[in-house]
Amino acid sequence: MATSAKSTDISKTDFGKSPINARLSAEQKLKLLTDMVRIRCFENESVRQYSAGKMGGFLHVYNGQEAIATGCASLMGDDDHMITAYRNHGHALGVGMNMNECMAELFGKATGCSKGKGGSMHFFAPDKNYWGGHGIVGGQTPLGLGLAYALKYKGVKGAAMCFMGDGAVNQGCLYESLNMASLFNLPVIYIIENNGYSMGTSLERSSAFKSCLAERAAGFNMEWAQCAGTDIYEVRASVQVAMERAHNESRPTMLEIDTYRYYGHSTADAKHNVVGGYREREEIDFYKKNHDPINVFKAKLIAEGVLTEEQFDTLEEGIKAEAAQSAVFADESPYPEVSSITEDVYYEVDRQTEAGRTGKHFFND
Amino acid sequence: MALIEYRDALNQAFDEELARDENVVLMGEEVAQYDGAYKVTKGLWKKWGDKRVMDTPISEAAFIGMGIGASMLGIRPVMELMFWSFATVAWDQIINNAAQVRYMSGGLINCPIVIRGPANGGTNVGATHSHTHENFLANVPGLKVVCPATAYDAKGLMKTAIRDNDPVMFMENTLLYGEKWEVPEEEYLIPLGKADVKREGTDITLIAHGRAALTALRAAEILAAEHNISAEVIDLRSIRPLDEEAILASVRKTHRAVLIEENKPFCGVGAQISSILMEKCFDDLDAPVLRISSIDAPAIYSPELERKQLPRPLDIVAKVLSIC
Ligand SMILES: Cc1ncc(C[n+]2csc(CCOP(=O)(O)OP(=O)(O)O)c2C)c(N)n1
Ligand SMILES: [Mg+2]
Repeated sequence: MATSAKSTDISKTDFGKSPINARLSAEQKLKLLTDMVRIRCFENESVRQYSAGKMGGFLHVYNGQEAIATGCASLMGDDDHMITAYRNHGHALGVGMNMNECMAELFGKATGCSKGKGGSMHFFAPDKNYWGGHGIVGGQTPLGLGLAYALKYKGVKGAAMCFMGDGAVNQGCLYESLNMASLFNLPVIYIIENNGYSMGTSLERSSAFKSCLAERAAGFNMEWAQCAGTDIYEVRASVQVAMERAHNESRPTMLEIDTYRYYGHSTADAKHNVVGGYREREEIDFYKKNHDPINVFKAKLIAEGVLTEEQFDTLEEGIKAEAAQSAVFADESPYPEVSSITEDVYYEVDRQTEAGRTGKHFFND
Repeated sequence: MALIEYRDALNQAFDEELARDENVVLMGEEVAQYDGAYKVTKGLWKKWGDKRVMDTPISEAAFIGMGIGASMLGIRPVMELMFWSFATVAWDQIINNAAQVRYMSGGLINCPIVIRGPANGGTNVGATHSHTHENFLANVPGLKVVCPATAYDAKGLMKTAIRDNDPVMFMENTLLYGEKWEVPEEEYLIPLGKADVKREGTDITLIAHGRAALTALRAAEILAAEHNISAEVIDLRSIRPLDEEAILASVRKTHRAVLIEENKPFCGVGAQISSILMEKCFDDLDAPVLRISSIDAPAIYSPELERKQLPRPLDIVAKVLSIC
């Protein structure tokens, strides 16, 4: 067993009883489960399609971490926003982007959410308060601060959730951002999705810390907390505390959520489950068996009498079909036109405003 | 028309745009209570208060990034870098976020931010404080780059930059902040991408931007007075978008060109322009296009030498005489 294996026991606290969860209808609970399964099935399909050679570049999948994006997205009101790193398919689906536009983006097609211009790491849906999808580790942390700043500037009661990995916490701009978040009383929630690894480097090999990573926020006089990311009820209950702090006090929070990724860092990571790799297969199996957010929640809903095994199977079959269909959609979609390469660079040029028609913006000829 | 300092012209632009649009905010180190390291934002905090004019910690990466994030939600931040040289610590935010977010979102997001401050050598502050990034930044599709040479241009271009819906990198010059030019009382805007013929001539075209445009003007005076050469001076004002038409029209008239910048030569702005002239004006040219940049080494401290590292009027005169 790798030394990095986290032994977070499934919590003894029943977070189903916390107010934010107790008020959920059966339908809403099923929606949470559905959303997690949608992420899982989408990612499985995308790995399949990647292996079939349908995409270029990297593919970082979210399997194992579904409770976090789903739980957080489920708490978003009209003025709450989300921004994350490159492992972003779960967040995208969580806020309501559809599988077709996401899969088509992976395929580099014109029907993709960014018209094939962003790729796997760069999904966006500003109409759903979803600001990406960012490929530079930690680079999104000042942007999340800016979203929170804008909310406060406009006087709306909202929060900006800014996600990062456990590797991203060692980027300097995060600490500049924490300082400013606290100094300026901004409603930002920094969420560390601690899956124990940054690529092939375990948490212990990358970060110096006392009790956990989020504790670093204490130095900025910022509230912080740590919770487990297995039980979506726990995620929701923990994030809700930070949400209320953002909404009611305009104060930031740093929240660390322990989780685990089943696949490698990306599809290019061959060392994640082999002998002599950076983690043992037993460790992966341990998490799949004991901490799988979908299995855990499914069991809870069955115990609550909200779901049956058969209903789950039907649900899952339907979602698998939806994911498979998205691959067909992506496959059949056209590639973008070559002429589109120079579109969406400048707002003013795209709109052919007077500014966009003045001077030479591109130097191709 | 009133004669006002370059810094005050910028100050007027900020004041007018703060009044015009409630989403405009000024941010940066020392811009509010201290009135700006170079007093460009003098009095604005007093007038507009904490919400509109805001001091930030010394955290260029985070405050530039914060401005970019806020602009994605519709705020129009005007961010001061105390020196453009310090942009290197915010480089990731500028290059990867401001410049790419529109493209990578397939046009769903835009970033109406202005990042501004002085970008110049010549003040004996050593290499770390003397960078001129206009060529680097103009190399990045998605960014716009502006380098005004006079108070009049600074004000008109700044007002346009603030209203522009794309990220504009606005490069000022500490050596010009205290210089005075005529600036009209009434409101005016100068479009980005429009060069200014600062002096008309018939024998040769001098193309420059920023303070180098003023150096070129002095060279043109000497050429006229002492060598009977009529030089036309084109001040690019904006690097990207670039006024290619003005460049071509002038060189087709004069048949000769010398390109001057305070930037370094390798892949400098002049390199791009000479490539354009080669492709589009080859048959019009009666002599090779020549370039003058600052001497290709880090900015030297020594006051006596730094003056010589940057292009001087007589350097331009000598280049011109070599082809006229
Ligand atoms: C600035 C920067 N450095 C390095 C990389 C390469 N890289 C991409 S992801 C990654 C690991 C990040 O791990 P973590 O933050 O824990 O996120 P996770 O992959 O676990 O979701 C690295 C080193 C990058 N994209 N950006
Ligand atoms: Mg990680």
